[in-house]
Amino acid sequence: MFLIPCPWCGEREESEFSYGHEAHIVRPEDPEKLSDAEWANYLFMRTNPKGPHLERWVHTAGCRRWFNVARNTHTNEILAVYLMGEKPPKNLAKEPVKGAKS
Amino acid sequence: MIDTYRLRSPLAHLGLDARARAEADISGTGVIISERPQAGLINIRGDVSDARFVTAIEKSIKLSPPTVPNTVVGKPSTTRLMWLAPDEWMVITRPSGAERALKALQKNLKIADLHSSVTDTTEARTCIRVSGPRAREVISKGCSIDLHPSAFGPGQCAQTVVSRVGVMLAQTANSKTHQPTYELYPLRSFATYLWNWLEDASAEYGVKVE
Ligand SMILES: [Zn+2]
Repeated sequence: MFLIPCPWCGEREESEFSYGHEAHIVRPEDPEKLSDAEWANYLFMRTNPKGPHLERWVHTAGCRRWFNVARNTHTNEILAVYLMGEKPPKNLAKEPVKGAKS
Repeated sequence: MIDTYRLRSPLAHLGLDARARAEADISGTGVIISERPQAGLINIRGDVSDARFVTAIEKSIKLSPPTVPNTVVGKPSTTRLMWLAPDEWMVITRPSGAERALKALQKNLKIADLHSSVTDTTEARTCIRVSGPRAREVISKGCSIDLHPSAFGPGQCAQTVVSRVGVMLAQTANSKTHQPTYELYPLRSFATYLWNWLEDASAEYGVKVE
């Protein structure tokens, strides 16, 4: 169990959230033009790193908003939290954890 | 003949009125729980940065939607407006005030011609009130929010889980005892489970029904 800082509600227990998998995966503009292998790559293949990972979470039991989280998959340390549509912060290993908006 | 529609509490089968009469002496009790008369619960959504949206709400219920997350404005004795999300609020009215608030909101938001919504969710949830000197301990057994009065006081609210049941949670100070009083709004199908859990969690402090 770890705490996730919701950009709106602040730190809440992980069990209040749902995981939405890797972030920033862009849907191909013309799926019909892709080969099966390319489509499968879009659908199924993920980076699955041991370390910093950009992913989406939703505050299911709270404000029900989606947002992005940079999380170290090895330590569960939350490196950054940023809104949908925002770019991921650079230098994630050094990035301090952003608190909730007040 | 058509039967008239009657609102029925999801806890009606527990016979709480009879228990409240039998347990009228609450002195020395650690926890007092009660089901509140059905409040009006009206969900509104819209863009709070649009002044027309705010004005339409103010005109309807004389409250502005709070923009600070997890805060609630207004008085429990009249109407309250609770933050649910950056574009979503819950109007909580007295039992008798739901229809008027709903009609006013629908009318004024329609006049404003905005991309917004007003939804009457009154019967989706009931309200269980937990008070008494040990109320905070009881809820803390099943809730990870810091409920200390310095962190969660009157005017603050949260959507969270209490013993795995999703609730809207608000704190109103008892005007006589100054002790925190918690309002839990579970979906009605979870009300019996939550009530039983609260009674069980309160048993060690002494619990009575009000
Ligand atoms: Zn949240």
